[in-house]
Amino acid sequence: MREAGKGAGAEPREDDVPDLATLSGAGLVSGLRKGDAVTVQSRTTPAVSFTLNGAPIEVAVEAGVSLLDLLRERLDLTGTKKGCNQGACGVCTVLVDGRRVLGCLTLVAQLDAREVTTIEGVGTPEQPHDLQRAFIGADGFQCGYCTSGQICSALGMLRELADGVPSAVAEHVAAQPGSSELEMRERMSGNLCRCGAYNGIVDAIAAYADAAGGHR
Amino acid sequence: MRPVSYAVPASVDEALAAIADLPGAKFLGGGTNLVDLMREGIEAPDVLVDVTRLPLAEITETADGGLRIGSGVRNTDLAAHPLLRGRYPVVAQAVVMGASGQIRNMATVGGNLLQRTRCLYFYDQAAACNKRERGAGCDAAAGHNRMGAILGASEHCVAVHPSDLAVALVLLDAQVEVVSRSGTRTISVGDFHRLPGQTPDVDTTLAADELVTAVLLPPEPLALRSRYRKVRDRASYAFALVSVAAALEVRDDSVTQVRVALGGVAHKPWRATVLEEQLTGRSATDEEFERAARAELAQAVGGPDTEFKIGLAVRTITATLRRLRDEGGAA
Ligand SMILES: Cc1cc2nc3c(=O)[nH]c(=O)nc-3n(C[C@H](O)[C@H](O)[C@H](O)COP(=O)(O)OP(=O)(O)OC[C@H]3O[C@@H](n4cnc5c(N)ncnc54)[C@H](O)[C@@H]3O)c2cc1C
Ligand code: FES
Ligand code: FES
Repeated sequence: MREAGKGAGAEPREDDVPDLATLSGAGLVSGLRKGDAVTVQSRTTPAVSFTLNGAPIEVAVEAGVSLLDLLRERLDLTGTKKGCNQGACGVCTVLVDGRRVLGCLTLVAQLDAREVTTIEGVGTPEQPHDLQRAFIGADGFQCGYCTSGQICSALGMLRELADGVPSAVAEHVAAQPGSSELEMRERMSGNLCRCGAYNGIVDAIAAYADAAGGHR
Repeated sequence: MRPVSYAVPASVDEALAAIADLPGAKFLGGGTNLVDLMREGIEAPDVLVDVTRLPLAEITETADGGLRIGSGVRNTDLAAHPLLRGRYPVVAQAVVMGASGQIRNMATVGGNLLQRTRCLYFYDQAAACNKRERGAGCDAAAGHNRMGAILGASEHCVAVHPSDLAVALVLLDAQVEVVSRSGTRTISVGDFHRLPGQTPDVDTTLAADELVTAVLLPPEPLALRSRYRKVRDRASYAFALVSVAAALEVRDDSVTQVRVALGGVAHKPWRATVLEEQLTGRSATDEEFERAARAELAQAVGGPDTEFKIGLAVRTITATLRRLRDEGGAA
C-alpha cells in the first residue's frame, strides 16, 4: 500500500464541464432518447440534497469534489481532518446513513438523499457524546489529530459489531463475533494514530461500550 | 482533479447507454479506487456513471443451491451475509482481510474485482509503466518492488492484482455475469483477470462497454472446508505479500479433494493447478502438502526483492492446508 506523503488533491479547476444537454446537442448521445432520465450533473448543477448533522442541506459543487473538501473548505466544518487524502489513514472518517466511510474517497455527488454525520454532529464541547467523554477519561489521544476520525469510526464499528459483521480475527467467520480487545483493534485498524495513543483509544472505546451496556 | 460530470442512471439499460455513448464515461462503484486514481491523474474519466443506485445490491439463492451476488453489494454486506459466511467461509474471510472497515462499507463487489494494481511504479507518474501507458517500459522490473509478481509475469509487467476477494472466487470457480447492449454473458472468474503478456494495460477480459451485474457462486460442498490466509507487512490494513485460499477434503488420511489459489503473486489470482493435481490422492501429511506446494512454485521467478515470496508461498500453502486438515471441517 502506498503511504501518505504525496501531494494532496488539487482543488478542481473552474473549467466548464459539458453536461448531458450539451453532449446531446453535439449528437454524442444517440443511444439516449429524449426523455431518458439520465441525470448528468455538471459542476454547476445544484442538485445534491442530503442531511448534514440532522439538518437538510443542498449544495452545488463540481462533481469531483470530495465530501472531505466540502466539509472543510466550503462549510467550515473542520472537525473532520485530512491526512493522506487517499484512503490510507482514516482521519477523515464520517458516518453516512450510520455507516463509517472515508470523507476523502466519497464524492459529494454520491450523497443525494443520504444522512451524513460528522464529529460536529456527534457532540459539542458543551455537551460531549459519552464516547468523547470516554476518550478524555482514558487519554485516548495525544495531539488529537486522528481523534474525530477515531470517534466516528468507533461509533460505526460498534454498530457493525451489534449487527454481527465478522472480522478478520474471527476463529470461525460464520460465528457471531465477540468483542475482545483483539476484535476492537482489528476493527479499528483503518484508523492510524501517529502519536500511538492506541492503548488509550482501545480503553476508551471499551469503557464506552461497557457503559452503554452494549457489546462486551 | 480534472473536472468530471456525474450521472445517475435509473436502470441498467440507461447505464449501458451512458457507458456506450458518453465519451470518456466510466462506471463508479464505491469510488474507493477510482476516486483515488482520478486524483492521481492516472484515470481521467469525463463522466462518472454511478451504478450503486441500480437494483444490483441483492444476494439471492440460485435454483441450483448456489448464490447470486449483485455487483453493487458492499463488501461489508457480502462478508456479513449468513449464507455466504456459512457456506463459503473462504469468501467472507478474504473480504474481511482486505482494506479497512470504512473502505469495505464503501467498496462494491464489482469495483473490488476491477480495482487496479497497487504497484508503486503504476502510481508514480515519473516512472515508466506499461500498464499506465502501453509501450512506455517497466521501471518496476528492475526497481525496488517487494510487492511484485513471481508467477506469470512478463518482461513488460511485474504488477500483481490486489484483490483478496478475487482469489477466493477463483478458488470456487465463480462466474462473473456481465451485460452490454449486445446482451448478457458470463465469464469464469479465472478468465476474468489476465496475465500481462504484451499488453499489461489491459487488466481484464471485460469490454469497456460492459457492466458487471453479478458474481455467481456455484453450489460447492467443499467450500465448507475452506480458508483464507493472508501474509502482509503489518497485521491488518495492508495488501497481501502472499495470500492463500484453500479448500481440502481428507478421507482415511488421504486427500480426496483439494483446491488452492494464491493472491499477491501474479497479475491475476493464481489457481494452483499443479499442486491440485499432484496432491489429490496422496496422504494428507505436512510433507506431501509441502512437496505439492514446491511443485507449484517451481515455475516461480523471483527477483532480488521478491525471491522471499517463493518460500513464503510454500510455507503459507502448507500451513493453510495443515490447518484445514487438523480442523477436519468447517472454517
Ligand atoms: C488504503 C486501502 C487499502 C486497501 N486494501 C485492500 C486489501 O487489502 N485487499 C483488497 O482486496 N482491496 C483493498 N483495497 C481496495 C478496495 O478493496 C477497492 O478499492 C474496492 O474494492 C473497489 O471497489 P469500489 O466499489 O470502491 O470501486 P470503484 O473505485 O468505484 O471502481 C473501481 C473500478 O471498477 C469499475 N467498476 C465499478 N463497478 C463496476 C461494475 N459494476 N461494472 C463494471 N465496472 C465497474 C470502475 O469503473 C473502476 O474502474 C484497499 C483500498 C484502499 C484505499
Ligand atoms: S484522509 Fe486519510 S483516509 Fe481520508
Ligand atoms: S492523537 Fe495524535 S495522531 Fe492520534
